[in-house]
Amino acid sequence: MLELEFLIIFMILGAIIAIETKDMLSSVVAVGISGLGLSLAFLFLKAPDLAITQLVVEILCLIILIRATLRRDLPFSTSGRWYFNTTVTFVFLGAFLFLSYFILKELPSFGQPLMRVSEFYLNQGKNLTKATNLVTSIILNFRAYDTLGEATVLFTAVIGVLAVVRKIGRK
Amino acid sequence: MRVYFLCFILFVVGLYAILRKRNLIKIIIGTIICEYAVNLFLILIAYRKDGRAPIYSPGQEVKNMVDPLPQALVLTSIVIGLAVTALLVGLAIRIYEKYKTFDITKINQLKG
Amino acid sequence: MAGSKEVEWGDIWHNPLGGKERKMLEQKNNNTSEQKNKNTLEQTESKGMSLIVKTITRLTVGLILLYGIYIVLHGHISPGGGFAGGVIIALSFIHLMLAFGKEEVLKRFSSEYITFFEGLGATLFLGIAILGFLAGYFFLDFFVDKGAPFNLFSAGNIPLYNIAIGIKVSSGLFAIFVFLVLLRVIKDKDKQ
Repeated sequence: MLELEFLIIFMILGAIIAIETKDMLSSVVAVGISGLGLSLAFLFLKAPDLAITQLVVEILCLIILIRATLRRDLPFSTSGRWYFNTTVTFVFLGAFLFLSYFILKELPSFGQPLMRVSEFYLNQGKNLTKATNLVTSIILNFRAYDTLGEATVLFTAVIGVLAVVRKIGRK
Repeated sequence: MRVYFLCFILFVVGLYAILRKRNLIKIIIGTIICEYAVNLFLILIAYRKDGRAPIYSPGQEVKNMVDPLPQALVLTSIVIGLAVTALLVGLAIRIYEKYKTFDITKINQLKG
Repeated sequence: MAGSKEVEWGDIWHNPLGGKERKMLEQKNNNTSEQKNKNTLEQTESKGMSLIVKTITRLTVGLILLYGIYIVLHGHISPGGGFAGGVIIALSFIHLMLAFGKEEVLKRFSSEYITFFEGLGATLFLGIAILGFLAGYFFLDFFVDKGAPFNLFSAGNIPLYNIAIGIKVSSGLFAIFVFLVLLRVIKDKDKQ
């Protein structure tokens, strides 16, 4: 899967551009590089449901972020203990990556997943639910409790936005 | 293995933005990138070599499908991530209205 | 008073103005409403984006909405489902709002409708789950005959769940967008 590695490197470059650009609007647009790259990566990894959802969600995410950054720029400032703090951050992140190397060796290697639970869904899913899209049959039939919890979280997030953004000065 | 490590590097880039940036919008962008990396990692674990998408088509018996369970979990997580991003943006706009800035070092009053 | 309706949303909520300033604002709005009556046609043309964008939007927005409904209804046969379709439906409304301006759209879909649909989606999902008590326990498929695979009417209650989630996601995301647009920051107006 050499093309997948190139795609992830492309996403990393997009993320670095998004973080380090001074202009806010171009930084928001550079997030789109990363998100659309993720959508393509889902397509390579044989997950078309996720590719559709990620593509659409990315567009809405960009619209919301542009709404936040419109006409509000912030000059880049390097006051304070800038070099010391950056050095400490890089040391911490390097240690994180170094330790994650040993953990990743313990995982099953790429391309051979453990499918102890999913074997049942793959073999019996079509006969039990009559749905040909197995992802839908899992989220809405075998594991509908998860989806109920997810719907609750989405509802709470929407109510949170309405509560934060609600008009002040109303009596 | 190498793909997993690249995915972790993407996560670390997002973490750097959260830890080190002063602009609130840059911090939100960092959380979005972290979320992308986690979603990608879960789907990378689910991939099976020469696998097919877990969707049947008429008149075809497919044996080696990829693991559909992490895909189902990530499908819900993507939409939740969008709602949480919107919540963060709403909070950031409120803070801007109060303090007239996105710089977190200048936001120093908790009350009032 | 006719003028009080014309005050912009943001003006009311973010200016805790005294009576005097409020009156001045209303007078200003009265003046603008008179001007509106004079040249109604020009005013409606100049709201929102340019004529090209509006014409293309009139052609495409129905197709986008139809595609979202298709994705929701065929979630159990082909890739898609309630989440992706709901976001596409929300995007079609947002497309309309970006092209025509917020007043034009909020005249037809007010925020009360959106919050009503948001609650309706959540209640519908839970209601179908509770209907499983007919056959024994929570979240049970209560259809006896599930139909043949690859048909539109198959797979028990999965399409019903898909429709409920589609309503919920689309109205929730559109509500988020509407409330973020209605939010006005005071400094923005000072700059203008």
